[in-house]
Amino acid sequence: MSLTKNRQIVFFCFLALLVFLAPACGSGPAPTDMTKKDQPTVEAETAEPKSAPKTTNSFKPRAVKAKLTASGASFPDPIYQKWIESYKGVAPDVAINYQPVGSGQGRKNFFGGSTDFGGTDKYASDEELETFGKDVFHIPTVLGAVVVTYNLPDLEKIQFSGETLANIFLGKITKWNASAIAKENPGVELPDEAITVVHRSDGSGTTSIFTNYLSSVSKDWQTKVGTGDSVEWPVGIGGEKNPGVAQAIKQTEGAIGYVELIYATANKLPTPAIKNAAGEYVEPNLASTSAAAEGFLKTMPADLRVNIINPPEGEKVYPIAGFTWILVTKEQTDKTKATALTDFLYWSLTEGTKDAEALGYAPLPETVREKALEKLTQIEVAGKPAFKLPK
Amino acid sequence: MITQASNYKQRKIVDQFMRGLMVGATILALIPLFLILGYVIFRGASSLSLAFFTEAYKAPQMSLTGDVQSAGGVLHGIVGSILIVGASLLFALPIGILAGVFLAEYPANSVATTVRFATDVLSAAPSIVVGVVAYILIVQRTKQFSGLAGSVALAVLMIPVITRTTEEILKLVPHTVREAAIALGTPKWKTTFTVVLPAATSGIVTGALLAFARATGETAPLLLTVLGNNNLGYSLLEPLAALPLLTYKYTEMPFPELNDLAWGTALVLTGLVLSVNLLARWATRSRLK
Amino acid sequence: MSQKEENSSFYEVWQRRTQHGDLLFGWLTLFFGLVVITLVFAIGYVVWSGSAEARDRFGFGFLFQTGWNPVKHNFGAMPAIYGTLVSSLIAVTLAGPLGILIAVFLSELCPLHLRNPLSFLIELLAAIPSVIYGMWGVFVFIPFFKSGIAKPLASTVGQWLPLFAGPVAAGRGVMVAGIILAIMILPTIAAIAREILAVVPNHQREALLAVGATRWEMIWYGVLPYSRAGIVGGIMLGLGRALGETMAALMVIGSAKSTIENSLFAPGITAAALIASELPNANDSLHESTLILIALVLFGITLILNILARLLVWQVSRGPVGTIRA
Repeated sequence: MSLTKNRQIVFFCFLALLVFLAPACGSGPAPTDMTKKDQPTVEAETAEPKSAPKTTNSFKPRAVKAKLTASGASFPDPIYQKWIESYKGVAPDVAINYQPVGSGQGRKNFFGGSTDFGGTDKYASDEELETFGKDVFHIPTVLGAVVVTYNLPDLEKIQFSGETLANIFLGKITKWNASAIAKENPGVELPDEAITVVHRSDGSGTTSIFTNYLSSVSKDWQTKVGTGDSVEWPVGIGGEKNPGVAQAIKQTEGAIGYVELIYATANKLPTPAIKNAAGEYVEPNLASTSAAAEGFLKTMPADLRVNIINPPEGEKVYPIAGFTWILVTKEQTDKTKATALTDFLYWSLTEGTKDAEALGYAPLPETVREKALEKLTQIEVAGKPAFKLPK
Repeated sequence: MITQASNYKQRKIVDQFMRGLMVGATILALIPLFLILGYVIFRGASSLSLAFFTEAYKAPQMSLTGDVQSAGGVLHGIVGSILIVGASLLFALPIGILAGVFLAEYPANSVATTVRFATDVLSAAPSIVVGVVAYILIVQRTKQFSGLAGSVALAVLMIPVITRTTEEILKLVPHTVREAAIALGTPKWKTTFTVVLPAATSGIVTGALLAFARATGETAPLLLTVLGNNNLGYSLLEPLAALPLLTYKYTEMPFPELNDLAWGTALVLTGLVLSVNLLARWATRSRLK
Repeated sequence: MSQKEENSSFYEVWQRRTQHGDLLFGWLTLFFGLVVITLVFAIGYVVWSGSAEARDRFGFGFLFQTGWNPVKHNFGAMPAIYGTLVSSLIAVTLAGPLGILIAVFLSELCPLHLRNPLSFLIELLAAIPSVIYGMWGVFVFIPFFKSGIAKPLASTVGQWLPLFAGPVAAGRGVMVAGIILAIMILPTIAAIAREILAVVPNHQREALLAVGATRWEMIWYGVLPYSRAGIVGGIMLGLGRALGETMAALMVIGSAKSTIENSLFAPGITAAALIASELPNANDSLHESTLILIALVLFGITLILNILARLLVWQVSRGPVGTIRA
């Protein structure tokens, strides 16, 4: 064992380590500068003109340097990521990290104190709020539709009633050409194929909205399974988050599952019409999702916690929709974070609405938006308001 | 038994058959290896570009009509992985090496036997269980997902690898070397640090590299501890991205364009892990010659 | 070096107070040795105390119940235990014989110039990260498995054997998880079996060849019986790895958490996958505690399995390896 050989080896190892570290060290710092300086200008060029015509005096966020960590629903993830990306063009020094881990974990992390804000499609329960102790605002951001989608390449158009859906997810209807489905779809040639149910396997606000709907249309579902973030599924396979469910459906012929609208449409998966309480079959889209919220506007509670599932009236209402909220504490401790957070939320609720429509999320009804903005002005740092509405 | 099996032809057939079976088994085992590496390399290579290494996450362009375009790269994952695993190496190296020295220099006592057994237990502990412990002890206590919590979990997984390699390699250092030093009046600690450990450097480096490789590919503990980060981050006290987490995330995406990112990330990850492994092997082999 | 010598030398050093360095060195290395022991106890303690609430509430009886409804606090670990055991057993059934055949081939038959490259390639399999296995399973193996293996099996054998009954629609399931795990543990089993075969003394082989045995007879009568315990131990270590594997299982098993299906093509869940998928979002302390209890059980099972396996491997390899190294 000669010394020279040893030295060679050590040298080589060192060299190799350098090679691996090179992308981190060599190009590492440079790209940060790029993302912080160059990228915004690129973004600004594309993002500014779009939003400029909409509001006459474009909103200028206060100059702060902040990092915000957040986690929550995967339901609004596409729009949140879009907002965060565009917002870099407006406020280059604010880095927001939103991880789509599911509503359940979103609330857990937020109430556990490990995130600056949380995202959820199921509003926090009284119990959760009580345990947390401090005042929490639910700031609604967009309205989304939970669509039922399936994988049957030859089937062009199909529609469901709530009862049928419940029976499929209960495992009572197991074939695509079952009489219950056939009765609702006269003239449609249904394949003789087994149904594979795909559901969420993690704690999910999308699940909460969907099971809430099934409970509202089926007594059987209500007693056997019930409502919640994660329930005991009688049949089917589980996928992680909205993406996992969509992927499992895509991979499985004969599968049926539920996801947020954009996850289906961007995947070219079908979004069948669902029978609403007025007895009409309605397809999910911007108008029918917005319509779902309208019936609840008058009875909107002050804390903005409301379910808009299966509204009793309205012919053009899509029955499985919901608000998605951002959870923030009323008393903020960190001034820069509070400034960055409120500015971002204001920007999202005003200039960001256009992005939302492009991704299939219905913007908030005007009255709800006003209430949401009002909540922003009530956020405080050390007793002083963290945000004032621009005149 | 054999004397009774007098039918030579039949015995010969059995022999040939079993030989065939063994060759077949070996080939069968190599098929998935080539399939996995082949897919990762070919599908991964097609999604690689310079931007893939120099840019962090960017929101994919999506529209209702079904056009999805992936954008950005995995620089945040590369940086995050190196930071997390690097830090865990810093934790694990001193503990692992010194515990290994203990086992090699004081091998025959009940404490050493217990330590050796504990090392085995640690190396067999499911990584998710270690993740659960880091989650309870660090994430929940500090109320903060952080790269550091991930590092601690990975360090626990690395320690047994380093300890065992150090012990094995120190045992290979001839006793005569130690005796020569001690005969000159060198104290034991000085012998160990100036004579024995340097002679075993390459072996310890091998152990460290193997531990590095194992930890880089670990996903489960990170799932519970580092949360993930879409921005390029350099602080271990904050949530960080990591290559295996990104591979998982992009795999579960329903959009083929983002699945391509998964293959690309997988290629970077596999490349990193396998080349560190090769390096480790190369180091040992030349030492043993 | 016996313990006594160590102690007395420490004592003398202490007496003379000349070489504090050695004393310090001894204590320092001992300290880090103890750190390793502490880590094991810390892991055990944390999962033990973290699962207190669930243990008080359900006892260990919940291991044998089915049903999984976090909202109604109805927890049964049986599906997870079943999924873990069955997928691992499939893995061992496939990888065990295969691994032994490979090890025997490499150590007894393989031409010398092929031996190293081949065993190196097989060990590469062990280096590939598990998330890559999961990903490959999702994108490549499952589509192939579904149409190439599962559907034909379900429509023939599955007609009368419920174990292989359809529907196989999603492809994700216990069987796929088992196969992927088999690929993952194959190198572990092959490597350990090879090590064990390497310490079989040559006179075993020579004796049999001298009486006119064929190569296979030499292996069967001379080599394998000598290393039986060690090989079984190696298989158990492989089993331990399969039981604790998280990512690959999580990605391909289909996450059906509340029921046990007869068919191996049906989706299921493993203990590790269940923890990974629910612990971060468990919304109340009982749910969390239950998952930690499952972690405790998993830790316990792998612990016991590993103790048994090490004992078996040691029994075979200890003596000879020691003499070679000395």
